[in-house]
Amino acid sequence: MKRPDGRNVDELRKIEAKAGIIKRADGSASFKIGNTIAYAAVYGPRNLYPRFLQNPEKGILRCNYNMMPFSGSGERIRPGSSRRSKEISLVTEKALLPVINLGEFPNSVIDIFIEFPQTDAGSRCAGICAASIALAEAGVPMKELVAAVAVGIVNGEVVVDLSKEEEDMDGAVDIPIAITTKSNNISLLQMDGMIKQEDIKKAIELGKKASQKIFELQKKAIKDKYNV
Amino acid sequence: MYNNLKQHIINCINQNIRFDGRKNDEHRKITIEYDISKNAEGSARVKIGNTEVIVGIKTEVGSPYPDTPDEGTIMVGAELYPLSNPDFEGGPPSTQAVELARVIDRGIRESKAIDFKKLCIKEGEKVWLLLIDICVINDEGNLFDASSLAALAALKNMHFPEIDGENIDYKKKSKQGLKLNEEPLSVTVHKIGGNYIIDPSNEEEEFIDARLTAAATADGTICALQKGGDDVLTEEDVDNMITLAVKKTKELRKYL
Amino acid sequence: MSLLKKDKEIAVPGEVLTKGEEYSAGQGTYKDKDEIVASRLGLFDVRGKIISILPLSGKYVPLRGDVIIGEVVDISFSGWRVETNSAYSAMLGVKDATSEFISKGADLTEFYNLGDHIATKIINVTSQKLIDLTMKGPGLRKLIGGRIISVNPYKVPRIIGKMGSMVNLIKDHTKCIITVGQNGLIWINGEPKNELIAVNTIRKIEREAHTSGLTDKIKEYLEKSYKNEKA
Repeated sequence: MKRPDGRNVDELRKIEAKAGIIKRADGSASFKIGNTIAYAAVYGPRNLYPRFLQNPEKGILRCNYNMMPFSGSGERIRPGSSRRSKEISLVTEKALLPVINLGEFPNSVIDIFIEFPQTDAGSRCAGICAASIALAEAGVPMKELVAAVAVGIVNGEVVVDLSKEEEDMDGAVDIPIAITTKSNNISLLQMDGMIKQEDIKKAIELGKKASQKIFELQKKAIKDKYNV
Repeated sequence: MYNNLKQHIINCINQNIRFDGRKNDEHRKITIEYDISKNAEGSARVKIGNTEVIVGIKTEVGSPYPDTPDEGTIMVGAELYPLSNPDFEGGPPSTQAVELARVIDRGIRESKAIDFKKLCIKEGEKVWLLLIDICVINDEGNLFDASSLAALAALKNMHFPEIDGENIDYKKKSKQGLKLNEEPLSVTVHKIGGNYIIDPSNEEEEFIDARLTAAATADGTICALQKGGDDVLTEEDVDNMITLAVKKTKELRKYL
Repeated sequence: MSLLKKDKEIAVPGEVLTKGEEYSAGQGTYKDKDEIVASRLGLFDVRGKIISILPLSGKYVPLRGDVIIGEVVDISFSGWRVETNSAYSAMLGVKDATSEFISKGADLTEFYNLGDHIATKIINVTSQKLIDLTMKGPGLRKLIGGRIISVNPYKVPRIIGKMGSMVNLIKDHTKCIITVGQNGLIWINGEPKNELIAVNTIRKIEREAHTSGLTDKIKEYLEKSYKNEKA
């Protein structure tokens, strides 16, 4: 079966990744997948105030996910955080935290800011992919990169990287998933829709395969920046 | 306090060789790109050196103000994202962001660039609102010039969405662009140690004594002013700074 | 199995560098079963049987004995708080500040004021990253005039060169006074034109730090800069 935009079930939308796009940041990246564009900037490890936030055992990680006011397909999005952006910021942080070694930086903070000039489907996953590149570029010690993609069910079939059109179809199931690219574990998992347990397994397998393709592009983005 | 570095910056400016080698009245390299966001009705990205600003415009249909039942309107917002500068913090817009937005707003509004009557869909009931958002991606100084240029570029890039009388179909952009009667553009001139400079870096911005933003139309008519900074300006300063600003707006137009 | 990377090839976190028990895991790597894996972005390096990753980027990590350039950001009764261009600020205590006697209740701003930059030395770093500084030692002083630029701290050894050869090359040509801090801050003081050439030269070293024959290239670059200057 072909999908609405002609892709195969295991085919990602077109991806472009670039490292070092924001000069003031300690690390930064853009990640474009289909019509979704994410920018990520990493600042830190840096001083953390107020002091009661500090952890003497290790540094802390903070993520902020935000859509630019004109980035959505409908009306303007009011600036400032919403319930949605707060939740996505939280799950983004948890998706990245397991791979980062914060033990070297007690009492400090690493901040990740993710902004979207244009969104379609899969923005939280694109944000995680961009943030992961930015963290590596910032020289943050980390065991591995994280790659994220949505998997799910469209027209009864398990597919990878749902488009907006597919997300909106009847009976569609959307499962954003993040994979730690070396150890192949799951650091983000959410789902909207109804699904059989065996299909979840299939979807995760598809997500793992796709994450390796994304990892190749993440690596290339970082290497391109340094191979002048 | 901090006088050391300020004095050194001034010494260099006195010799017309700034820290990055530019002359006092020189902009860094400028580029403009259009159609940055497919979901905006108009958008543009401006880079001045490493400073980068994106402006996007959304259109909405709303009710007119009671005192102007046959006029639409514009709104300008500015987002100084913490992604763009380690000193920026999240949360509600800072005073700095509000000033930036209002100065850009004034340039567009007061130049009568947009005929608000043409934004009327049905008198007393429905009008177009143009929501113009300035988003800072990388702040290495001179957000004023970058934002002004990006706002004008985005307005020129604008296309209204299709509307069937009631509902907007954001997926379909109409052929109808926005007619601009004027093309307002501002340049900010900074005074430091008795010299005038334009397009300051972050480092220079920190030490300026005063600044004057002047917006002008293509023929050089001045349509908005904003004096900023801690120090006063003399009448002579104002005259000199406006002359320089207007001259520079003419140079910037060739990038559009 | 043998090495999976060439010498000085870029490695990204999570990339496997070798399999088997032949090598051991050094800086910037970790062991995962029989594999050695990169744990940060950097260049692949083998010394004997130890595999490490040489960092390409990252914040400065304060080290005891480093001479750094810091900025005074706060003054208390006991001394000065100094920003170190890292995740941590440091403390310069009254007794380490100068060889002069400072009487109790003296106005400490007379020695170092807010916003002053100093060339200073780290004398202690605790596990909690509390850092102590001293001003006692050759070259340690308040920096008056000049400008400060920030470079990648991992490029500092290249900018200094063997026994200071690279930075001396720049000093000789530009007649600028230059102090390179291990924390990636560099203080430069001279004539505006010369400072600019010094800055551009340092940026070039930073960009091309990983290439060979750099000293000759930089020499040529400096000579060309001054030839263009005259023309």
